[in-house]
Amino acid sequence: MSLMFTADHEWILVKGDVATIGITDYAQQALGDIVFVETPEVGSDVSSGDEAGVVESVKAASEIYVPVSGEVVEVNEDLESEPSKVNTDPMTDGWMFKVRMTEPAELDGLMDEAAYTSHIEGLD
Amino acid sequence: MAHPTSHLLTTPLDSLHRELGAKMVPFAGYDMPVSYPIGVLKEHEQTRVRAGLFDVSHMGQAYLKGPDAVDAIESLVPGDISGLAGNGVRYTVLTNDQGGIIDDLMISRCEGDLYLVFNAACKEQDIAHITGSIGDRASFEVIHDRALIALQGPDASTVLARFLPASRHMDFMTVARLHWDEVECIVTRSGYTGEDGYEISIPCDDAQDICRLLLDEPEVEACGLGARDSLRLEAGLCLYGNDIDQTTTPVEAGLTWIVGKRRRTEKNFPGADRIVQQINDQPTRKRVGIRPDGRAPARAGTDVLDLNGHVVGHITSGGFGPTTGGPVAMGYVPILLSEPGTEIGLSVRGKVLPARVVKMPFTPHHYYNG
Repeated sequence: MSLMFTADHEWILVKGDVATIGITDYAQQALGDIVFVETPEVGSDVSSGDEAGVVESVKAASEIYVPVSGEVVEVNEDLESEPSKVNTDPMTDGWMFKVRMTEPAELDGLMDEAAYTSHIEGLD
Repeated sequence: MAHPTSHLLTTPLDSLHRELGAKMVPFAGYDMPVSYPIGVLKEHEQTRVRAGLFDVSHMGQAYLKGPDAVDAIESLVPGDISGLAGNGVRYTVLTNDQGGIIDDLMISRCEGDLYLVFNAACKEQDIAHITGSIGDRASFEVIHDRALIALQGPDASTVLARFLPASRHMDFMTVARLHWDEVECIVTRSGYTGEDGYEISIPCDDAQDICRLLLDEPEVEACGLGARDSLRLEAGLCLYGNDIDQTTTPVEAGLTWIVGKRRRTEKNFPGADRIVQQINDQPTRKRVGIRPDGRAPARAGTDVLDLNGHVVGHITSGGFGPTTGGPVAMGYVPILLSEPGTEIGLSVRGKVLPARVVKMPFTPHHYYNG
């Protein structure tokens, strides 16, 4: 099991060939109060770099980019009624969707926690 | 992030915003607080149930003075300004020759002078337009030495009365010059949230002290532009540049009520022919409230579709209404689709979301009525 990050502030938790994807604490703080989350459809095929979902705060919409290719196998349906979970528990209950990866080598381009921490420090 | 970008102007409350931990954003050339640490949702709720304090010092303030000031301004706006009581405040618009809206503004009759508050983004253009049009019929004096704050919400009057007792029984849409100790404030009972409240013009040097006193009151929290926008959207109030602009007339915008009865007969303001004709014959399109059926907000610029999938208009303001508990929007649709209850579609990210035309405001107004 390993946790990785993108420069666009998604996190990816990999267990076997399934990647769970959400947005980071840094991202939820920057977005503010989240009022709507659109997740991809279960069963759909996604390619790395695709826009796979949207997170909307009171003020604006932000796209979620899927960092790995594969099939969407599960989405967090709780976010439909409780989108604020992304604010309160971005790394746990606020997960967004799971992808069964077809190109695990794509993970090589992602950041580990230390690299991501210094990435966000560079943004402030 | 800690320092304003050099080309942005700052308000007299800038250091207070930073001390309070505000998230600052550029808005109309100013570095402005979009939200404070409690966040937009709580700031919105705060203003609906208690009281929110907003810095709106970026807005333009001016006096129009002289015996002909009322006639001079009436040559630029469709509102009945001469009929305004001695302490009355009126919401009106500057119109162009096609009946489009150059800006919306508040005009107060304040001890013989007119006191004007207009939009930050239109400031330079409004000043040029007004001074260029009225020439020397009246003296237009831009106020540079005053901050402007808004105290809004059901507890606003209780709070303000502790410092300015005379504010308590001011009627809605009236103005008074009141003294906060020695500091002269121009107080109007008005706002942009749909709630009871005040806008208070304060000399720049005293603005921070007064805001700190207000923020020390248990009912009051600082609120930013984010909450200001969601509050005014739920209240069905127009944002200049989004919901009204040079191409929309007051009639199309659902603001026929601001065109004074006498002014419709006199027709002596810019664009009067077109505006009066639209009042008599109906415009071809109209600004309406729109509620998406689902949870997804539809933002400004979203295409509005009829049931055959044809684009018939667009959303001009849209987002999540925290008090409404769902997405809310407004936009322009053909008059045939403008009746409340009409089903329409919204094109959001390639999908058509069902929505319907609804009456505004989305949340009832709570203005003071004595």
